[in-house]
Amino acid sequence: MKDFAKLFSDLDETNKTSEKVSILKDYFMFVSDADKISTLALFTGRKPKRQINSTLIKTWAMELAHIPVWLFEESYQVVGDLGETIALLLPEPMGSQNKSLTDWIAEINSLSTLGESEKKAWLLDAWDSMDRQERFVFNKILTGSFRVGVSHSLIVKALAELSGLEASVLTHRIMGNWDPAVFSFHDLMQEQDASEDISRPYPFCLAYPVQETSDQVKSAEDMETALGSPDQWQAEWKWDGIRAQVIFRGGEIFIWSRGEDLVTDKFPELHRFISELPDGTVLDGEAICFSGNCPLPFNVLQTRIGRKNLTKKIMADSPMAFIAYDCLELEGDDIRSMPLRYRRSIVERIHAENAHQDIFKLSEVVSFNSWQELYDLRLRAREHVAEGFMLKRSESVYQTGRKRGDWWKWKVDPLTVDAVMVYAQKGHGRRADLYTDYTFAVWDGDKLVPVAKAYSGLTDKEINQVDHYVKRNTLEKFGPVRTVKPGLVFEIGFEGINASSRHKSGVALRFPRILRWRHDKKIEEADHIEALKAMLA
Amino acid sequence: MAQALLQFNDKGIYCAAGDFYIDPWKPVDRAVITHAHSDHARWGHKHYLAHHLSREVMYYRLGDISLETMEYGESTTINGVQVSFYPAGHIVGSAQVRVEYKGEVWVASGDYKLEDDGLSAPFEPVKCHTFISECTFGMPVYKWRPQAEIFSGINDWWRLNAEEGRTTVIAGYSLGKAQRIMQGLDLSIGSIYLHGVIANTNEALERNGIRLPPAERITADFKREQARGGIVICPPSAVGSPWMRKFPSVSFGYCSGWMAIRGAKRRRAADRGFVLSDHADWDGLIEAIGATECESVCLTHGSTASFSRYLRELGYDAFEAETHYGVEDDEAGETKVEEAV
Ligand SMILES: [Zn+2]
Ligand SMILES: [Zn+2]
Repeated sequence: MKDFAKLFSDLDETNKTSEKVSILKDYFMFVSDADKISTLALFTGRKPKRQINSTLIKTWAMELAHIPVWLFEESYQVVGDLGETIALLLPEPMGSQNKSLTDWIAEINSLSTLGESEKKAWLLDAWDSMDRQERFVFNKILTGSFRVGVSHSLIVKALAELSGLEASVLTHRIMGNWDPAVFSFHDLMQEQDASEDISRPYPFCLAYPVQETSDQVKSAEDMETALGSPDQWQAEWKWDGIRAQVIFRGGEIFIWSRGEDLVTDKFPELHRFISELPDGTVLDGEAICFSGNCPLPFNVLQTRIGRKNLTKKIMADSPMAFIAYDCLELEGDDIRSMPLRYRRSIVERIHAENAHQDIFKLSEVVSFNSWQELYDLRLRAREHVAEGFMLKRSESVYQTGRKRGDWWKWKVDPLTVDAVMVYAQKGHGRRADLYTDYTFAVWDGDKLVPVAKAYSGLTDKEINQVDHYVKRNTLEKFGPVRTVKPGLVFEIGFEGINASSRHKSGVALRFPRILRWRHDKKIEEADHIEALKAMLA
Repeated sequence: MAQALLQFNDKGIYCAAGDFYIDPWKPVDRAVITHAHSDHARWGHKHYLAHHLSREVMYYRLGDISLETMEYGESTTINGVQVSFYPAGHIVGSAQVRVEYKGEVWVASGDYKLEDDGLSAPFEPVKCHTFISECTFGMPVYKWRPQAEIFSGINDWWRLNAEEGRTTVIAGYSLGKAQRIMQGLDLSIGSIYLHGVIANTNEALERNGIRLPPAERITADFKREQARGGIVICPPSAVGSPWMRKFPSVSFGYCSGWMAIRGAKRRRAADRGFVLSDHADWDGLIEAIGATECESVCLTHGSTASFSRYLRELGYDAFEAETHYGVEDDEAGETKVEEAV
């Protein structure tokens, strides 16, 4: 555990990719194979099952730290992370320990057979043997919230340099459905992998945005300059669903979401078409709600995500479909290195041969002769319930991860409103000591009604200035929230708007974020609620 | 009793009986200053009273002011109110201000810490009825490690960087933190180079008789390559500036109590965060307040709401005061003063 805690803090202490890779390499070289696989499991999101609920962990930590509940909650507010809060609050340890990461994970897994008081004794003992950094990492594992700021591609890079295996081969192997309890490091590194896991997805190819939020809007000429002639490009609507890979191998169905979660059971309606795909097919596409021939907004899909039980009603309210746009595997052969125009013809064929076109859709290719034409079409993306366009180079192979050049997303410009900051709250984690989370309001007659909460979009310098304003212009404090004297106007961008009876304003904005600080506007010049309501239609 | 001996009004901490202010944030006639940090020693007052080790820094920062100085333990009488200074251990020249009138004693702490940093006179608790205490780090998650441990971390990091031919850059506030870092560095590793603002501050301190380790000022014609293997100390405002980016292969560390929290460190995009503070930590605050044997505590800086609630649960008459402190202090936000110099 010491090595692992040290690895975690070493990785935390550098922002440089090359150093992260060399830290990982040193670590992998040094620790046992069992710890290697345990580490890999944690780093790829394969956490041990949670054996003690957070409420109990919190209660025992408060007891040990001798602090009241409210103070614990406020400390948590300051720190922004439960595992870290507990690590900071606990008294100095009396002992020390030398167990490996694998040992600790085994202990955590064996807790399921213990009663509550035994669990408590075990946990207090564990805490008492660890320093702050060990406790932090341990708490994160224990509470099932372990995350690390290291991408899979870095881990793969380190392992590839160590083993001499191809990065793409390793990437493919560490995705998929392996269990750290039975999968050994040897299995991972084996040159010939006879028993390839049939569930294993391919790493998703990700697109770069054509324009960052802060950029100027890209004109048709800009696109011509950046991407060249339009005839090398395939344009498709960018759908607002869940990116997913559909796999049919050996008669079995698997659906993976982009977060590398196996979501086969979340979309039972889709199984019907998948089971009739040719054996050894992998499709890339979008799982999305559809009504008749029309895609539904994301918030419909959102109602079913995260539900443990899919009731009949939920399934009826959020009818699913899959829009396919690429084929990665055909009859068991990896065809990712074939050009897109070829893969496209395969998707079209597979689609045409499938009997379930009510749920199996094909992502339409939007034809265009000039960037100006596409630019104009893009302005009407919302009518198609799309977020903009995906642009893919016709000759491109299917890349691993996010590589610049072949795939671009060209989103519609966000809807905007000028709103006044009325509440501020301290940030979590990264910005725990500053007021960074704001609530914005628009005019309703002569009153300001809150319409959005947003935190991203300002520079560090601007955040400091806003923080300064908040501290000097507080009207009231409610716990961590301050009511701020209206004075600052911001342009808020958002992706969509829905009527909402739960909000005082009667509307709910989707993905609100700060586009810029309108220093030039007085609060009287902020927008009125009528302007937002007009967007509802 | 008609009126509290010290009150918070829109200009600062006011003593009506003596007609003077402590650390006022708006211009007043007579200001008693706890220490030379910009949120406490502001520009524009007619007369200043401060500890004599604050003298040169205050002249340097505030120009030609009318300044009277006093030693720790010494006292003076202002309109019948007795005013005396006691060490606060925060930075060189930092004082707690003890105010006594008709048998009632108030102490305004300014900023303070309990650990002896070897530069400023160590904190001394002063018995009083009411204690005006800072609580910048008044949350139980803030618990400092001994400074020796922090310095050995800094020196290890510097040594490793030096071996690998990197330039070590460390950021800390120009008054207080910078000198404390200098004092803790192992000079067998390499040389110290100073940002101009820190070099100026050091010269002011040296005019006041403070002795500091040898260091070189980074001037306009300084050859940046020379800093390889050395350590550069700069104020937080220089972080990420073109000035800093010009050094060859920089490893950058940040020294502040806020570094105790992982998120705060990541926000500053520091390679390393060192938890070194010139303010008292949670245990330090509680210990210091206890040692004053006070009945009432009035809280300024930072987590005043939570900390006063906790003190009330411990049985103190504790309340928060609305002040303008902490905004430009070393650890509560990075400064305007720094940029102006
Ligand atoms: Zn200070
Ligand atoms: Zn201060």
